[in-house]
Amino acid sequence: MTQIFQLYVFILAGFIGFFVISKVPPLLHTPLMSATNAISGISLVGAIVAAGGQYGKVSTILGFIAVICAATNVTAGFLITDRMLAMFGGPKKTEAAK
Amino acid sequence: MTAPLFALLAPAAEGGTISGTRDLFVQGSYLVASVLFILGLRSLTRPADARLGMQQAAFGMLFAVVGTLLNHEIITYQWIIGGLVIGAIAGYPMAMKVPMTAMPQFIAFSHAFGAIAATLVGIVEYRHAYDPAIIGLQPGLSSGTAAALGFEVLFGALTVTGSFMAFGKLQELITGRPITFKGQNALNLLLMAVAFGSFAWLVIHPDAAWAFYSMVGLALFLGISMVLPIGGGDMPVVVSLLNSYAGLAAAATGFAIGNNVLIIAGALEGAGGFILSMMMSKAMNRSFGNVIFGAFGAAPTGGPKKAGEVREAKTISAEDAALQMAYAGSVVIIPGYGMAVAQAQHVCRELMELIQKKGGDVKYAIHPVAGRMPGHLNVILSEAGIDYGTLLTDVDDANRVLHSADIAIIIGANDIVNPDAEEDKSSPLYGMPIFRPWEAKTVYVIKRGKGTGFSGVENPLFFRDNTLMLYGDAKNVLGSLVKEIKALDEGH
Repeated sequence: MTQIFQLYVFILAGFIGFFVISKVPPLLHTPLMSATNAISGISLVGAIVAAGGQYGKVSTILGFIAVICAATNVTAGFLITDRMLAMFGGPKKTEAAK
Repeated sequence: MTAPLFALLAPAAEGGTISGTRDLFVQGSYLVASVLFILGLRSLTRPADARLGMQQAAFGMLFAVVGTLLNHEIITYQWIIGGLVIGAIAGYPMAMKVPMTAMPQFIAFSHAFGAIAATLVGIVEYRHAYDPAIIGLQPGLSSGTAAALGFEVLFGALTVTGSFMAFGKLQELITGRPITFKGQNALNLLLMAVAFGSFAWLVIHPDAAWAFYSMVGLALFLGISMVLPIGGGDMPVVVSLLNSYAGLAAAATGFAIGNNVLIIAGALEGAGGFILSMMMSKAMNRSFGNVIFGAFGAAPTGGPKKAGEVREAKTISAEDAALQMAYAGSVVIIPGYGMAVAQAQHVCRELMELIQKKGGDVKYAIHPVAGRMPGHLNVILSEAGIDYGTLLTDVDDANRVLHSADIAIIIGANDIVNPDAEEDKSSPLYGMPIFRPWEAKTVYVIKRGKGTGFSGVENPLFFRDNTLMLYGDAKNVLGSLVKEIKALDEGH
C-alpha cells in the first residue's frame, strides 16, 4: 500500500515537473539543468541517515562518502545556478529603451 | 485543521509524544522543501524572478537537511558534520571559479557526485537489510523495496561512470570523437539484458546479493560503454539524458527509504532531463535512439559530393567587411560553439557596441543545440556582458529577423546554418531546424579553416553569391574588425 502511495507521489510530481519545465524558455536551459541537478542533490537526505544511523562501520564510511559527494553536489549546484541567474536578473535593457 | 494532514504524512506522529512531534517536524520540513523546489523551478519561466526563486529552493534544501538531522534513526553526528563541511568546502570554489564555457563538464561532474551518493545509499540500505547482526530480527527486503534499490543502483551507477565519461570528453581528457568498435551496440544490448536479468532475479529473490552487486558492476560498465561512441556535438543530448537518470536514481532512493521529498525532487529532475533531451534530439533532427546508438560523427556520410566541381568560397578583407558592418542598419550574429572555443565572446560584444553606436540594431540568433549543453551559448554571451534581451532563442523568430537583416555574421557555427537541411534530401542534416542567414543581404562567415562541421558535412552556404568568408581565429578576426571600425571613426 505504501508503495502505491509513493507511486502516486512520483507520477504526480513528474507531471508537475513536466508542465512547469516545458515552459522554461531556452534562454534559461543551462540554469535549469544546474537547478535540477542541485535539487537532486537531495540524495543528501538519504546519505545523512546512512552516515549517522547505526548500520555498522562499513556503512558509516560509505554513508560518509555519500554525504561528501551529495553535499558537494548541493553546494556547487545551487551556487553556480545563482551565479548564472544573477546575469539574467536585471531588466531587459533593449526593451526598456524602446 | 492541519493535524489530520500531517497525521497522514507521518503515521508515527501519535498523541504528541516527543518522537511524534519530532517526526511531524521532519515531515513538515520535507513538505516545505518540496513546495519550494517546485516554486523554484517555476520561477525559471521568468528570467527576472528566477534568481530569487532558486534561492528559496536552496532554503528548501536547508530545511530538508535540518529536518533530517532530527531523524530519530540518527545516532552519531560527527561523520555527518564532517561530510557536510568537506562537501561545502569542496563545492564552493568549484562553483565560483568555473568559467561559463566549462559549464557542461561542470554539470556532468556534479551529476556524477549526486549519483555516487545515490548509489552508495542504495548499497548501504541493501547491506543493512541483510546485516548478519540483525538478520533474524527482521524479514529482509520486500520485492517492492528490492526493486526500488535495484533501480537506484542501476541508474545511479550508470550515471556515475556515464557522467565521468562525458566530463572527460567535454574537458578533452579523452577524444571528443566517437570511439566505436565492431559489435559495440550488440555488446551494450547484451550488458543491458544481463543487468535487467539480474534486476528481475533480485525482485524475485531479494536476498540474492550477487544479483544486486552484479547490477552495480554492470551499470558502471554500461555507463562507460554507452557514452564512448557519442561525439562531442551530441553532448547536449547526453548531458540532458544523464540529468534525467540522476533524477530517476534520486527518486528510486526515495522509494527505497520511504521518503517523499526524494521522490518528488527526483521526479522533477527526471522530467526536466527528459524534456531537454527530447528538445535537443528534435533540434538536431535525430531520434533518441539514433543519438545513443548512432555514433554520428564516426562515418561522415556527407551527401553525394559533386565530383570534379571545384568550388571556391569568396573571401573578403577585414577592412572591407568592417566598412559594411559599421553602416549596417540591422545585424544578426549567429554564434556557434567555435566562438566559445576561441574565447571570442568579449570582443564580439565590443563589435556589437560599435555597430550599435553607429545606429545599427544587433541581435544574436542562438540555436537550441549551439554549444555543448542546452542553452549553453546564452550563459556564455550573458557572462560577456551581452544583454539577454538581444538573444533570439527561437529559430522561427530569428529567421524572421534574418529575412529583413542587412548583415548576418556567422561566428564558429556550421551545421546550424547549412541550407542542405532544407534543400538536400540526401543530407544527414535534412529536416533539422536551421537559421537562414542567406536571406540577409550579405553573409559574413568567420571560420577557422576550410573544414566541415561536427557532422562532417560540407556546407554549401559558404559558396553562395552573397556569402563572404573571413578565415582565421574568431577572436583575431573580430579583433581586427573592431580595430578597422575604430580606425574608420578616427579617419573622419
